Amino acid sequence: MLPKQEVVAMLLAGGQGSRLGVLTKNLAKPAVPFGGKYRIIDFPLSNCVNSGIETVGVLTQYQPLELNEYIGSGQPWDLDSTNAGVHILPPYQRNKRSDWYKGTANAICQNIPFIERYNPDYVVVLSGDHIYKMDYSQMVAFHKEKDAACTIAVYEVPMEEASRFGILNTREDDSIYEFDEKPKVPKSNKASMGIYVFSWDKLKKYLIADDEDPKSQNDFGKNVLPAMLEAGERMFAYRFEGYWKDVGTIESLWESNMDLLDPNVSLDLNDTEWKIYSRNPVMPAHYVAKGAKVQNSLVAEGCNVYGEIDFAVLFAGVYVAPGAVVKDSIVMPGARIEEGAVVQYAIVAENSVVGANSVVGERPEAMENKDDWGVAVIGPGCTIAPGTVVPPKAMIDAEEVDK
Amino acid sequence: MRGNNVLGILFAYVHEERVRELTENRVMASIPYGGRYRLVDFPLSNMVNSGINKVGVITETNYQSLMDHLGSGKAWDLSRKREGLYLLPPFGAETTRRTDARIETLSSIMRFLKNSHEDYVLLSDCDLVANIDYRDVFRFHTEKNADITLVYRRGTSPDTDKNCVYTIDPEGVVRDMLVKRGSDADCNYGLGIRLISKDLLVKLVEDCMSRNLYDFDRDLLQRCLPDLRVVGYEVTGAAYPITSFGSYFNANMALMDPKVRAQLFTSTQPIYTKVRDDMPVKYGLGSVIGNSIVADGCFIDGEVENCVLFRGVQVKKGAKLKNCVIMQDTVVGENTRLDYVVADKNVIFEQDRSMAGHQNYPVYISKGSRV
Repeated sequence: MLPKQEVVAMLLAGGQGSRLGVLTKNLAKPAVPFGGKYRIIDFPLSNCVNSGIETVGVLTQYQPLELNEYIGSGQPWDLDSTNAGVHILPPYQRNKRSDWYKGTANAICQNIPFIERYNPDYVVVLSGDHIYKMDYSQMVAFHKEKDAACTIAVYEVPMEEASRFGILNTREDDSIYEFDEKPKVPKSNKASMGIYVFSWDKLKKYLIADDEDPKSQNDFGKNVLPAMLEAGERMFAYRFEGYWKDVGTIESLWESNMDLLDPNVSLDLNDTEWKIYSRNPVMPAHYVAKGAKVQNSLVAEGCNVYGEIDFAVLFAGVYVAPGAVVKDSIVMPGARIEEGAVVQYAIVAENSVVGANSVVGERPEAMENKDDWGVAVIGPGCTIAPGTVVPPKAMIDAEEVDK
Repeated sequence: MRGNNVLGILFAYVHEERVRELTENRVMASIPYGGRYRLVDFPLSNMVNSGINKVGVITETNYQSLMDHLGSGKAWDLSRKREGLYLLPPFGAETTRRTDARIETLSSIMRFLKNSHEDYVLLSDCDLVANIDYRDVFRFHTEKNADITLVYRRGTSPDTDKNCVYTIDPEGVVRDMLVKRGSDADCNYGLGIRLISKDLLVKLVEDCMSRNLYDFDRDLLQRCLPDLRVVGYEVTGAAYPITSFGSYFNANMALMDPKVRAQLFTSTQPIYTKVRDDMPVKYGLGSVIGNSIVADGCFIDGEVENCVLFRGVQVKKGAKLKNCVIMQDTVVGENTRLDYVVADKNVIFEQDRSMAGHQNYPVYISKGSRV
């Protein structure tokens, strides 16, 4: 028996993230690069460590290779301790009823034995597609104070956008009386952040009941939480203030990266008390050449900048040639922007090459029909031939380029 | 594949007196270099990249910052059950060293040497910025059937009076060696790296100790030349010995040359260092930057030209930096102008300050100063 852990975190990292297109073709969404040197999963993992949670189970299913490699022993996040730490939990074969993870609840249900080893009082369920800094220990304290069975973190969104979210309707004391999935006429603006704290004995009971129901889709939002509410369990909404963004789409991923360049956005990655840890590349400090123009940008180690960048996020080892221009764009690790190329409102994925004098993306104000505008995406490992024009909203896949 | 038959020994402290400014609060090995490194990162990474997986680091005084930097050796992959990193401070199990003479130092770690199963020892100082594959040195040593291999570079000596200068015959054998010398013309100057079999090293050190001989270069190496086969291995390419404050400044500035960076930082033989988990550099509106090296965690809102900025440096609006080396977490206030300044860690330049040195004489601002 391992030493008791009061709180165990379970991180749902198995989804495909199909809305990110080529970026997640061969990569699980939580492993998508973010913010110059991070990957999305660094945020929940760092939040766990900074909140004092020492045991994290990462549930993987879709394209886990790079994600597994990235997490490794968990050492970059201090999650490599002897009796706790981070554990990768893929679906596995058992002597009867082997199955893939059928839904978010089923993924946790299949790992009840893992959780039980730590004999926890509380289980925190997290997802791997949000950018935010949050002290989960405060949420757990709130959960204890309310003597709740389940606490759901909520974010107050503008009322006019509330119909895009899963909305929680609450009473005065923050107890939840109704779930409203994408309501046409929202009664509240409290959107679920997909962050749950459960009392383990309650969660276990409902997971087992859910597993025995053949009609259930084994999903937290659709099945387990409504079942708990219906049974009259104490469920509370925990209000979160601060920066929070779902980066499940190309637009939101792009926007969230650009938010890092906005001095008015409250996401501070330089806070020594709440560092976001990541696996650091082994590269020298970056070099900016004479004649380069650099403004409003984030530039990581190993970059060589000879051209012009403005509102750009350059990841480790990016090369921007003389005369190349990168504006309002994200350039992921190891990518090269060759001479005279113009990249604007675009995401250039890992190890891609944008050939000389190519044009990728377009400024929205230069478009006649605004509906045709969107962020252009160059998939991982693409080589864009010199002089190519890649229109806005395009999504270039390396395998199709080769054909 | 890991592992070879060579034990690494690093002298973390030697030649500190040559850069007194920078070694006031730290050992030679932990002098910051190139935006994110310490000098020890170069020999240590070279050793690890060459398959050496047991390294002893000999320290004398002031070694707290070095211990802090090295930690368990994890960043160099030297935190392991078999072999790994060993710090060898002056207060050992049986002896307390009272001098920093290299021979006495080696004598005090005799048990460590004898207990190591490796047959060869690579002894290196920590005052050289270079990326050298020691496997080539080892191969050369074996091919030449050498007793001792000394690593050298050919060129004008870095200093007029501080070098070991070798006379080497066409076979590669060292015929003569001058200690504490220099030369205006091209010469073969030593880089402070020696490969020797362990048994021979133990024998020579014990012999010197019993004869009251303490100078490694004069008493151990020079005395060997007639009787033993001492050969020289030539290093070409980027190599910067830090022999003075000026050479330290120039070695930083040399990084602006892409060819130098390509030789020092290769993807197959990377230079490892301690991770600090800083965010990428944030350039603000109105920042102007050219020909500079900038490490993670910096905030640049002013103008920067021909500078090396270490992790966490802040350059406020209107500040103008030219030809500077600015170490970790130093803050340059608004409208402050600096030219040929080397600022140590945690310096605060308030607003509207102005300071200038000269190319031959950069101004040094000590750690934690407030200007």
